[in-house]
Amino acid sequence: MLPTLNGRIQTRIFMLVVFGGLITLVITPVLPHDPDYRTTYLVLLTVLVLGVAWELVYHGLMQWRWEKDWPTLFGLLNAINEGILVWVVLELGLVPGIGDVPFSTFLVMFLLIWVFIWIWTNGPMRIFHLRWRFFGGRLV
Amino acid sequence: MAVNDPSTGTVFPTPGAQDYLPSQAVAGDLTDELLATDWWTDELVAAAGIPVVDVPFVSVGGGIGSFVTTDYLRIGGVDTSQIRILSALDHPWETYEYLTRVSQIPRTERLRSDSASRPDNIWGFPSYALSEAWRSKNPATLWQVFVEPTFADFYTPKAGFVFEQIEREAQRIRYHEMLAKGLVRVVRRRAGGGYFTVLTPPEGATATKRLAYRSQFVHLAVGYPGLRFLPDLQAYRTEHNDYQRVVNAYESHEHVYERLMTTPSTVLVRGGGIVASRVLQRLMDDRLLHGAQTTIVHLFRTFVDGPNDGAGSPKPHRFMKRAGSDGWAYQGFNYPKSVWGGQLKAEVRKLEGAERAAKYKVMGGTNTPYRRYWQKQMKQGRQEGWYQLAIGTVDSMTPHQGRILNQVKTDQGVYPLEADFVIDCTGLEADIAEHRLLKDLLEHGGAGRNPIGRLDVERTFELRGTGSGSGALYASGATTLGGYFPGVDTFLGLQVAAQEIQADLAKRGFGKRIGTVRSTSQWLKWFSGKQI
Repeated sequence: MLPTLNGRIQTRIFMLVVFGGLITLVITPVLPHDPDYRTTYLVLLTVLVLGVAWELVYHGLMQWRWEKDWPTLFGLLNAINEGILVWVVLELGLVPGIGDVPFSTFLVMFLLIWVFIWIWTNGPMRIFHLRWRFFGGRLV
Repeated sequence: MAVNDPSTGTVFPTPGAQDYLPSQAVAGDLTDELLATDWWTDELVAAAGIPVVDVPFVSVGGGIGSFVTTDYLRIGGVDTSQIRILSALDHPWETYEYLTRVSQIPRTERLRSDSASRPDNIWGFPSYALSEAWRSKNPATLWQVFVEPTFADFYTPKAGFVFEQIEREAQRIRYHEMLAKGLVRVVRRRAGGGYFTVLTPPEGATATKRLAYRSQFVHLAVGYPGLRFLPDLQAYRTEHNDYQRVVNAYESHEHVYERLMTTPSTVLVRGGGIVASRVLQRLMDDRLLHGAQTTIVHLFRTFVDGPNDGAGSPKPHRFMKRAGSDGWAYQGFNYPKSVWGGQLKAEVRKLEGAERAAKYKVMGGTNTPYRRYWQKQMKQGRQEGWYQLAIGTVDSMTPHQGRILNQVKTDQGVYPLEADFVIDCTGLEADIAEHRLLKDLLEHGGAGRNPIGRLDVERTFELRGTGSGSGALYASGATTLGGYFPGVDTFLGLQVAAQEIQADLAKRGFGKRIGTVRSTSQWLKWFSGKQI
């Protein structure tokens, strides 16, 4: 991907709200340990808020790259650092209004959403938003 | 045989140019009065006896630039009857294929182009890598784009596949219905709005020598204005009438490789860019795989051996430095990738004048991709002594006992270097004023130059200063290098320009806006191969 900071954040919010929201809606009833919607949507919100902060970090790291790109592989591997942070934050009870989240529930939900969004961002997204790839991932 | 346009000093051939050379005064020709007038009236053109053809949109060039722009317009709902492409080429990939073929990228070899830069597909999805994996039933190319550039070289498509797919798309959008053959002589503004584009059709094709296309919009995509040889090479060739042993990589020079296969020889390769890499690969493949006994001396003017930037800074900024070694500056594509959509594109879009020129300089400079295969060959060549490096410039060249004696000027002094062949891979580009049509636009059309001397275009790719009533004149491609968008002279750059031009035209009421619904429905048509 060839993002600008603004584009990164816009794409992140769009993807997590639209696709993250829809996937959460569909998978919550079938996730392990039968979580409620309040729990899963709070997890999603946590991923979103921390994710925006991560984008600032990625943008900073990208400055060291001559191409100012963010390779496809990085986009997938970022699931590791982001997933760990979200899990730690959940474990430490830093997210208000959320109870205990079993690890398997979190892992299945997080990975499903991440992989779907990663694939979508690296391909089909371009069909629907013709200008998106030429404007650093900005949607507006 | 291909003939060079004598007015341009270019090495690119114009197919069938001899058909266009004027032999005698005939009816319907340009008059002195027309040539001296900046704004033409309908009466003036009629008085010269030049027939007028009315069409709203004309694209001049007929190469990849015209192709992607008209592709966008057709997808934006413009009918073929509203568009004419004026060109001496039969197919949009013709010039491109000529240049890639002679510079050692035949159809079976890979270009230096990104997986999602598809001239035949405005969405860039599916990418070339995905299509190639699907067709070959082999996921290797998908794996390559997945791990590039960290764990593999950048994926690049095969030239032949690119051309085949352009052909498919050309048929789908009925490209040839829009094509009018001929050479464009001038574009002049029309009193009352719009433009006259004067075409010289092939001799005998029309009753008059010229045709005038009267249109509201004109798009120029005439490609590189021409290539120049280094002055010392040109001087040698002219003085000694030797066009066999001193060649430019962008002209057909297969005879060199044929000779090398039969006769052990020394070749001097000049230049440090992608073309030098390609020529070296050919020379080294011939040696390593087919038994040629060629010694290669590679002359770098600037020898890069560490972090660098295009401005040649001794200590490049930590956020603006690329890798380099053994003489080369490494970069995946013609520009840092983000010029086509990311941070650098956004930055340059805001820059004016000297600041913009400086930014271009920092990210420019001669460079080539780091490819593992090339590195392996060069390493072997250095170890075995048949690939030698030299740093400097050539002071003079003279014939000497059937060879060429080069006086190479280095930091340590001037040294003689004998070679059997010299292959110039430096690729100096000619000034835009060497192109007759562009020269005329600068002198009579209101066009101006941008901070690095090429055509000055707006962010919409409208050629600044050339407006005419409700009409607009656009330009894209190499002639517009130096504008608010870098990377114009690339597949993706032509698509970025086409997108801007199409959007601007849609705002002016020519064609429809390509929003999510149209984009999606048109993609489905593209995917199913439905003709539009």
